[in-house]
Amino acid sequence: MKVTGSSLFVTAMKKEGVDTIFAYPGGYVIDLLDELYDHPGINLVLPRHEQGLIHAADGYARATGKVGVCLVTSGPGATNLVTGIANANYDSVPLVCFTGQVPAHLISNDAFQEVDIVGITRNITKHSIMVRDRKDLSRIIKEAFYIARSGKPGPVVVDLPADVMKTLGETSYPTEVNIRGYKPSQGVHMGQLKKAIGLLKKSKKPLFLIGGGVHRANACEEMTKLCEKVSVPVVTSIMGRGAINTKHPLYIGNIGMHGCYAGNRAIDECDLLFTIGCRFNDRVTGDVSKFAPHAKIVHIDIESAAISRNIKVDIPIVADAKEAILKIIKHTDEMDHSVWIDEIREWNKQVPLDSRIKYGVNPKKIIEAVNEVFKDDDTIVTTDVGQHQMWTTQYLELNETHHLITSGGLGTMGFGLPSAIGAAIGCPGKMIVSISGDGGFQMNMQEIATAVTQRLPMVLLVFNNNYLGMVRQMQELFHNKRYAITCLRYHKECKGRCGTPGFECPPYTPDFVKIAEGYGISGFRVTKDEEIEDTIRKAREAAIKENGPVLVELAVGPYELVLPMIRGGKSFDDIIL
Amino acid sequence: MLKKRWISMYVENRIGVLARISGMMSGKSYNIDSITVGTTEDPTVSRMTIGLYSDEPTFEQIKKQLNRCVETIKVIDITDAPTHMKELLFIHIKECSEFEKGEIFRVAQVFGAKPIDYGMDSVLLESVNTESRNNDIIDLLMKKFKNVEIVRGGVVAIESISMKDR
Repeated sequence: MKVTGSSLFVTAMKKEGVDTIFAYPGGYVIDLLDELYDHPGINLVLPRHEQGLIHAADGYARATGKVGVCLVTSGPGATNLVTGIANANYDSVPLVCFTGQVPAHLISNDAFQEVDIVGITRNITKHSIMVRDRKDLSRIIKEAFYIARSGKPGPVVVDLPADVMKTLGETSYPTEVNIRGYKPSQGVHMGQLKKAIGLLKKSKKPLFLIGGGVHRANACEEMTKLCEKVSVPVVTSIMGRGAINTKHPLYIGNIGMHGCYAGNRAIDECDLLFTIGCRFNDRVTGDVSKFAPHAKIVHIDIESAAISRNIKVDIPIVADAKEAILKIIKHTDEMDHSVWIDEIREWNKQVPLDSRIKYGVNPKKIIEAVNEVFKDDDTIVTTDVGQHQMWTTQYLELNETHHLITSGGLGTMGFGLPSAIGAAIGCPGKMIVSISGDGGFQMNMQEIATAVTQRLPMVLLVFNNNYLGMVRQMQELFHNKRYAITCLRYHKECKGRCGTPGFECPPYTPDFVKIAEGYGISGFRVTKDEEIEDTIRKAREAAIKENGPVLVELAVGPYELVLPMIRGGKSFDDIIL
Repeated sequence: MLKKRWISMYVENRIGVLARISGMMSGKSYNIDSITVGTTEDPTVSRMTIGLYSDEPTFEQIKKQLNRCVETIKVIDITDAPTHMKELLFIHIKECSEFEKGEIFRVAQVFGAKPIDYGMDSVLLESVNTESRNNDIIDLLMKKFKNVEIVRGGVVAIESISMKDR
């Protein structure tokens, strides 16, 4: 028997265990959607914009560990995925993005909604490919899932010309993959690992620097065991936060541009930086020549291209984080570094993370209220990008039941709400909190409709300071307080260049509580610190009761800064406290 | 150290692979000097020869990035390996006198180039030689003649059977 490409596609999804497809219809995927319509085992989720769609698939993948699947039409459907693809690529999220394409005979004709999506995404995917022949369809889909989830995970684009999907062909789906040019690294080089362990034994001031790789490898439990066994303090990148319980006595905090003082100082003074799954991004290192100046550096990463690229390392080890950690645990004995640990703890006491400006609602207290209100729930918190994201990563408590999803590498505004939707769809029963600023929230707030229609209990926190706060902060600190187009209250009538929002300023644009009303959901506004915890608690209860999203707008002061800060390209010596 | 470096690599012989490789290079600001591609004895595999100037750390990174591409089957650093390496060069020298033509033939003889076409006031040479030797011929002829057309093919290389040194 022979079947159409569309029919085989459905078989493939079932074999890959796909239960959810984030899809948006259009001319060249109608056949596919028609075919999927008969299969209730595959939940088709309709977001309101393809960017929201792919961020939702991204949030779904991060929350569940499964591959996120997108299905969009050709042309604008495909190009609207681009930011989300780059985002997933930077943060190593496994996605397979199926894009409709005009039939083969129209390709190169400048046909309606024709776009070379494989070409456009070539440099921002792990792999991108067009299916040119029906006989290759099942192999390519199989390989796409394999490539997306193996090794260092990432997004794969599969472009599906409409005629291929109509063509009759084989019904079988391969069980094995053999790609001669793609062999994800396996095992751990014991020689290198023993050298690294040797350094660890000799070190007086060792430090673990943990990145998102430990989360991707699902190695948090092992990481906790390791740091406890060898008694080595842990700092994390933003993506690594939560790799060990943030209340663990060995956990210091985040490092980098907005990392804590003690964490950055520990980097500055350690004699061994034992790094796992972190690619030494510029936001982590600042000036590379002054980064960890006294330390020997061990770098474990699944991707050889990430090693010795930004930072020259002494012991490179290409390996999966979990495998490597388990081997280290096996080959080390218990150690004692209590003097060094006490020293770091003292720095944390001297310069704790704090928020000092008393104007508007205190961001630190908001995140602390989130910690408190959701402490007994299995919770996933997602963020957008900007000041609220930094505050979240500074103050949010993470552990076995509390996870964070954030756009780390690409820094994509508009990520928070849709990724929360994806997480909610992937993890029913968990509490979902999305934290956004007023800037980022407006980039994808149409997705409230998706959360409503999918009946997803979620709490949407919007930090409203009427500014694009992270840029405003840099303007305040480094650009002579010239606030070029960062005020979101600006109207044409505004006179001159002001730096001080006052009573004469135009009102909110928009009124977020009214936006909530427009979507038929509850909306609350918090203008005083005393209201924070009660309101978030109320929102949590309302979300559960109404089985849908609830919005809380929090009037954060525009002058609030994220501190400490190490300016881009500078070093620990230049830290602004 | 900044120097000329060479890569030979096997890739899938498929639409878009050359774009993937060259696009990755340009996306990361690696400047390719020359690149040649051709099908191998296995029609599903192409072999590329890439020449570029870079320092050691950048070159290491380039090799890793090339290896990352799913379509890449194998990357070989032939910078210091014994290889046979040749480039095809055509030089069309125009507006030359009888005497000058004699000069051109002597140059061709010394450099091992072949006159392959001839006009009343012009000569077309073909040179299959190493890239640097071809550079030498070009330098020499460009000094003497004003109207010269040059077409170069990029370098292809194959590992040597007998040579121990480069």
